Amino acid sequence: MIEMNSVNKWYGKNFQVLKDCSLSVAKGEVIVVCGPSGSGKSTLIKTVNGLEPINSGEITVAGTSITAKSTNLDKMRSKIGMVFQNFELFPHMNVTENIKLGQTKVLGRSPAEAETKALALLERVGLAEQAHKYPSQLSGGQQQRVAIARGLAMEPMAMLFDEPTSALDPEMINEVLDVMVGLAKEGMTMMVVTHEMGFARKVADRVVFMDHGEIVEDATSQDFFGSPRSERAQEFLSKILNH
Amino acid sequence: MNYNWDWGILFRDPYLGWIIQGLGWTLAISLLAWIIAFSLGSALGVFRTASSPVLRALATTYVEIFRNIPLLVQLFLWYFVFPELLPDDWSRWVKRDMPFPALTTAVVAIGLYTASRVCEQVRSGIEAVGPGQRQAGRAIGMSEVQVYRYILLPNAYRIIIPPLTSEFLTIFKQSSLALTIGVVELTAMTRQIEEYTFQGFEAFTAATIVYSLVTFTVMAVMRQVDRRTALPGTFSKGAA
Repeated sequence: MIEMNSVNKWYGKNFQVLKDCSLSVAKGEVIVVCGPSGSGKSTLIKTVNGLEPINSGEITVAGTSITAKSTNLDKMRSKIGMVFQNFELFPHMNVTENIKLGQTKVLGRSPAEAETKALALLERVGLAEQAHKYPSQLSGGQQQRVAIARGLAMEPMAMLFDEPTSALDPEMINEVLDVMVGLAKEGMTMMVVTHEMGFARKVADRVVFMDHGEIVEDATSQDFFGSPRSERAQEFLSKILNH
Repeated sequence: MNYNWDWGILFRDPYLGWIIQGLGWTLAISLLAWIIAFSLGSALGVFRTASSPVLRALATTYVEIFRNIPLLVQLFLWYFVFPELLPDDWSRWVKRDMPFPALTTAVVAIGLYTASRVCEQVRSGIEAVGPGQRQAGRAIGMSEVQVYRYILLPNAYRIIIPPLTSEFLTIFKQSSLALTIGVVELTAMTRQIEEYTFQGFEAFTAATIVYSLVTFTVMAVMRQVDRRTALPGTFSKGAA
């Protein structure tokens, strides 16, 4: 579903954020990308839908090149859902309008159809009763669930999550992870940047470990948590799993 | 001080009429110049934050030119110099045949100057909305134009209501510069009353009060606008 081939990206001339990254995610697969901060995880996931341009290499999603000039990027993005660390709900619209916007303006659905879809998705993420509230009136966990619903409303073929729980208070992390686990079980193709190792262990098919812009390890989650091959991954795990 | 106070002249014919007429011209200059400043300034503010380097350079150049030349100099340039640079027919039209040459020139000069300032307000508003909102919009497949139309601008305008109110008040006050090219607006009328009656204190007091009444009204209205457009769960600080 997602193929990355020797992706390189520089900020300026001297700083290379992504070094020769190659990765593939099969349909229905859930992969977790982890690594220390500044290792390029967020940049990597944002290259998948072209939010971050790359300098060399190739990225294809469902066989369509993201990097080719001839690709209609807007159209590709509408088929790839994305959830951000800071939710990024549109503050001037209520929850339902947030979920309807892309459906009506990008997919051309009728307002009534979009509304039905929005309410069904709110039901699914457990927020039906918040449909008419504004983002600022919701907790972080609720906002992130709305953001997931906003992504799902486009009926994406894959979902990208960029540290979806990093900005949340601890007691709200699970309500978001529960929604993500549900999605994974339904067979959604997911690429998740996260430090939630419990989530990785439970639902990830593979774990990708990054450091200094390089993919250091790409292993099944069983192997990764059992016996990571690289020293840096071992060190990283010992730091975050010891307590 | 030997001065004959006579507040009554303000309400005498023809002086009251002059004040009202002067206010009419002042409001005309301000509102028409604001239409230019707001629409052009908004477009430039969008260009200044757009992904296209050409649009960004264009808007930046505009701002650098128009914001850095004193308004009075710009007014003189448009009125005395610009028509001379045109071909004869056009020059004659601008100087004489177009409707209200002095008023039109003042409106255009003040409008174009203030557009550069509105541009910077709009740019700062868009930047305050943040890159995350832009990415979120693009991520659901919206085009750059749609992102501006549905996400960035509605939020940016809410943020910049207070500074935009200030810009309008500035236009309103700077409209008095139009008297230098012969538009008989409120300040010019006030001077005229002084010249006819030698009651300068009364005349300029009246002008002060009229200007203040208008600015207070604008501020009160904009405070309401700010309150009405505020988003639930956020605080709005009120206009200017």
